[in-house]
Amino acid sequence: MSLKLKALLKSPWVFHLSTGSCNNCDIETLDCLTPRFDIERFGMLLVGSIKHADVLLVSGSCNRMSVERMKELFEQVPKPCLVVAIGTCAGSRGIFKDSYNCPVPLDKIIPVDVYIPGCPPKPEAIIAGAVKLIEKIGGTL
Amino acid sequence: MTIVYLIVFGFAATAILGLITSWIDRKVTARVQYRVGPPFLQPVYDLVKLLGKETVIPAGASKVTFLIAPVIGISGVIAVATLFWVNQFFSEGFMGDWIVAIYLLAIPSLSIILGGFASRNPLASLGAAREMKLVIAYELPFILAALVPVINSHSIRLSVIIDSQAGGVFAGNISGILALIVAILCVQAKLALVPFDIPEAETEIVEGPIVEYSGPGLAIFKLMKNMLFFTLPFFLIILFFGGLRLNGINILWTILEYVGIVAIITVIRNTNPRVRIDQAVRFFWGPMTLIAIVAVILALKGL
Repeated sequence: MSLKLKALLKSPWVFHLSTGSCNNCDIETLDCLTPRFDIERFGMLLVGSIKHADVLLVSGSCNRMSVERMKELFEQVPKPCLVVAIGTCAGSRGIFKDSYNCPVPLDKIIPVDVYIPGCPPKPEAIIAGAVKLIEKIGGTL
Repeated sequence: MTIVYLIVFGFAATAILGLITSWIDRKVTARVQYRVGPPFLQPVYDLVKLLGKETVIPAGASKVTFLIAPVIGISGVIAVATLFWVNQFFSEGFMGDWIVAIYLLAIPSLSIILGGFASRNPLASLGAAREMKLVIAYELPFILAALVPVINSHSIRLSVIIDSQAGGVFAGNISGILALIVAILCVQAKLALVPFDIPEAETEIVEGPIVEYSGPGLAIFKLMKNMLFFTLPFFLIILFFGGLRLNGINILWTILEYVGIVAIITVIRNTNPRVRIDQAVRFFWGPMTLIAIVAVILALKGL
């Protein structure tokens, strides 16, 4: 594994993007930063600017309005970058499967590395997803 | 010989100590919030990762200025750190290097302003404009506070300032204590930490001037910040605590002084909310300048 990727797995900075979620997944994601879970132990930080991000964290069901913005943001992430789909909506559109407003699931639009199911997923599940992501690329914690 | 000083001390030693300082800062922040905090090598991981990322240049940005701004900033820090190291351990320095140090310490802020305006982003321009106001606000009390050791030692040579504190440090006088308080708060603003992180308010204007930077440019800016986090406390130790003394038991004192200043800065950062830019300007031009003037007058009286 290259040094580049190894360092990226040691300090993945996360940009959090909601594509029309009900806010539950977003709240649970922010829970990971609290003292109880503290993902800064693994070097993860929540960044405000997409230009600083390594991991794009997508929650929500990708409705027509937000898909354009999401594509734009995905093009702006400095590569190499990883994409994580948080929650059932981002993974498979969930109860919005037959909605007129959510025609395409997330992984048909941009390549997704890890899916974290749940409505909303618990912070433990999100951390487990992060571990899976790191193991998938080939690193260890 | 100058090249060796620049590379070994100005860059390498300062960068390593700066990265350690930034780890101390993050760890103390985490402990204040009852968290565990990042591992010891975290700043190094961040740096290596950022160096390996792609550089995105925003459309319509001034390309050359955008790319050269971080280099200007880090060369300013390297120059001023070399000046301090050389004065500390190797030579007598030259007449007026105190003035050169004050000038060079303003260069990192200027490079951030330059990069912010070059990146053609409204948030970056806003942040750069705020940084400019903040520079105007804190430079006056900072220079006044740094003037107190000069008056006490009757010299504008850093090596003479260090030598004249062999008998007793300037932080032991009333004027020294007042100037030290002012200087620590100005350092807080120079490092753009809470409560004076107005230029790069992360939750408000998403890191301000460096919002468009990615990859190596961002890495150099982060490294510059970390090196500054070592250099500014080093400057305060030279001015008020007689420099880094590495003989016998004094090593412990030096480490204690350094970690103490860093811890004070970190605790101020963690226990205060962000102020507005007008409040910051009023704070620095009002009470801080007054305290600094009182300190200068007391120093002139010999207290």
